[in-house]
Amino acid sequence: MQLRLETRVRTPAWMNLALPVIAVFATLVLCSGLIVAAGADVLSAYGALFQGAFGSRVNLVETLVKAAPLVFTGLAVAVAFRAKFWNIGAEGQLLAGAMAAAFVGAREGLPAWSLVPLMIAGGAVAGGLWASVPALLKVRFKVDDVVATLMLNFVMFYGMMALLSGPWKDSLSGYPDSPDIRMEAEFPILLEPTRLHLGVLLAGLGAVLVWLLMTRTTFGFAIRAVGENARAAAHSGIPVNRVVFLTAVLSGGLAGLAGVGEVAGLHFQVMATLSPGYGYSGIVIAMLARLNPLGVIPSAIFFAAIATGAETMSRATGVPVFLADVIQGASLICMLIALLFTQYRLRVQMVMRDA
Amino acid sequence: MQQDASNADLPLLSMRGIEKRFGALLANASVDLELRSGEVLGLLGENGAGKTTLMNVLFGMYSVDAGSIHIDGRPVSISRPADALTAGIGMVHQHFHLVPRHSVLENLMVGEPGRGGRLDAASARRRLEDIASRYGLELDPKALVGDLTVGEQQRLEIVKALFRGARILILDEPTSVLTPQQSESLFRAIRAMAADGVGIIFISHKLNEVLEITDRLTVMRRGRVVAQIDNEAGLTRQKLAELMCGHPILPPDKRRLETGRTLLRLSGVGVDGDHGHRPKLSEITLDVRAGEIVGVAGVSGNGQRELAEVIAGVVAPSSGTIEIDGNPVLATNPRSMQRLGVAHIPEDRMGAGLLTTLPLSDSVMLPLAHKAPFSRFGWFNRKAVRKFVLDQIKKFDIRTEGPEVRTGTLSGGNLQKALLARELALDPLVLVAAQPTRGLDVAAVEFVHNQFLKLREVGRGVLLISEDLEELFAISDRIVVMYEGHIVGNLDASATTPAEVGLLMAGAKAA
Repeated sequence: MQLRLETRVRTPAWMNLALPVIAVFATLVLCSGLIVAAGADVLSAYGALFQGAFGSRVNLVETLVKAAPLVFTGLAVAVAFRAKFWNIGAEGQLLAGAMAAAFVGAREGLPAWSLVPLMIAGGAVAGGLWASVPALLKVRFKVDDVVATLMLNFVMFYGMMALLSGPWKDSLSGYPDSPDIRMEAEFPILLEPTRLHLGVLLAGLGAVLVWLLMTRTTFGFAIRAVGENARAAAHSGIPVNRVVFLTAVLSGGLAGLAGVGEVAGLHFQVMATLSPGYGYSGIVIAMLARLNPLGVIPSAIFFAAIATGAETMSRATGVPVFLADVIQGASLICMLIALLFTQYRLRVQMVMRDA
Repeated sequence: MQQDASNADLPLLSMRGIEKRFGALLANASVDLELRSGEVLGLLGENGAGKTTLMNVLFGMYSVDAGSIHIDGRPVSISRPADALTAGIGMVHQHFHLVPRHSVLENLMVGEPGRGGRLDAASARRRLEDIASRYGLELDPKALVGDLTVGEQQRLEIVKALFRGARILILDEPTSVLTPQQSESLFRAIRAMAADGVGIIFISHKLNEVLEITDRLTVMRRGRVVAQIDNEAGLTRQKLAELMCGHPILPPDKRRLETGRTLLRLSGVGVDGDHGHRPKLSEITLDVRAGEIVGVAGVSGNGQRELAEVIAGVVAPSSGTIEIDGNPVLATNPRSMQRLGVAHIPEDRMGAGLLTTLPLSDSVMLPLAHKAPFSRFGWFNRKAVRKFVLDQIKKFDIRTEGPEVRTGTLSGGNLQKALLARELALDPLVLVAAQPTRGLDVAAVEFVHNQFLKLREVGRGVLLISEDLEELFAISDRIVVMYEGHIVGNLDASATTPAEVGLLMAGAKAA
């Protein structure tokens, strides 16, 4: 028997929807081995996970609140990857946005009504500026974007820690935290008494706007063309470097907004644990969504659900919370394998060999 | 022995009832093919007729849905290229599979079993010399492949196949990269191999060559064999073209036209080479007038691509000036050249022209998307785009299921039509077309040529860069010849001959 892959002439439409579902299902099946190894029942563990993520209004809101920054970092990566700008730096850009928001939100001299809009704008600009550094290095000097964006994450994180331990440290706190933002700068709560804040709404709105940009505007067209075939785009007169640069800045701005939401909606300050790797998760989320901005929403919710549900699962069944990380990682691998089948079909054939 | 006696009557290769289906498409429908020892068989057909599928089946790249392959009358199972090599089948592809940084000998020994883990260079060298002297396929064993000419690389591919014991040799469009002189030397080798009992399958779109070199012809159309004929006196190109497309093909109607004002003028244009290499273009002076098709002849890699890219604005000239319709070009970038009236069909259709994994619609819109009416304040007017693309599909008879189909799934001829459609939509004064018919079938070539002639008739200019002399002579008014980045000849097409152009292409006038 022989297995071989043959090129598909076209991808059936149902596959685009079915493949992520199949990939998620395959992930859960794969990870059930670990649950068994942890001595728990697979169905009750996954049941507890689901319960923890969606089982009550509070749980559902917690999942959505957790999904908000993931939507933004997922969008940031999806946009950049479309142009083949390999932005691994959403983490640093998120921190840049968060710091800008925390700085602006704590200004006493500003009128109260201007704080929220200024924090949003400032966070987006800061994220975009931070992303413009590797973008400029790439288009001007052909510096590898993967390495540059990744390394700048550490520059930003330790730069932030240096500020928080010194000049920017909250004098009232014993930890390296920034001073709290003003009450008026906090994002309004959409659903009392939960933590559902404005940032969640912004994330959904952001996904729709980015989707419109990518599919309905000539700039979105240019991004796709440059990412697909930069040489052909250049031959046809599209200013490739400018498109790559602007895409990178847009991507950084979106990541910056993730940071704004965390500061203005949740923590009201920046501190070391502000982001548990939202920027890196954004990469996986964007891939799971196949770089489709609307797909980023369910993909981010999936991620958030795994994270929030894992604690409930752990409490109920004793399976370690680290299973969440395994599921998230395995889902990327399953999705990458699933993607293969959009381009190829698997043929099984029997071969008779001469003796 | 008795077996030998019976083998003499058996065909070397016979493919029977080969059937291969891709989804709804029947690429090969009960195809029979026979090849005798010492025979040159021409395999003809338009693109999409199923030649490539059939050869891929024979070489083990595809599995068949039905049918069988026999060699010397014995059924063989070929499910991967390694099986084909074992069965004595060798294939020389259009694109070579060689390691440029290795020597000729090292390239030959790739995949050789060796002796006790050690490569046996001495015996390989002896076998190379034996093959070389027998068929006139001389090669320097120590030369680096990267330094060889295209003709020599092809020779190495043939030697490689023979080296591995091929008795059946498939040559896919072997002359498309050669000068007329190099083709002649290839033909001598083919005759020598045939005389020695090798069976050769010769695939080509150049009907003159097919008539010259083959003994017998198998013609395919839409997945079926439509004719198996001997190559006898009286067989004409016209007849073959008709068999291939199923309808008569008229030679292009090329009346003399009054030429008008100069649309494109290059004066002393040069492009520097990379890091101390010789300039890619030097002192190019060239005019294209209204109502004129200027052909550019030359062996691949003598500056034709750079010439096209300079005019298209992709590459900035390091010296000299360019004028479009009397306007000096100040900034060279593709968009400014488009605005001045230049359209460009790049040589590398897939790599520099189209967006293969995106929908056809995107590929067609590539240079047009930012223009009215397709873009309104940066928003895509999807209705206008769709209507435009559908119109182009109809007007240029692009065979596809619709604008949403992934570009890369179209056949070569249809891709070229799509490219042509969009470049002509720019309404250019000058069209620069590099290898626009390479790999296209007779009907598609005819279509492309007619588009060029139409442009010429309405007073536009065409710069046609081609390695196919037949094509250049068929539609050009003037032919310039490039050699090592220079223009070494500027000839009236009706007053010169392919032989003269061929000599110039080989550098007869240079140095």
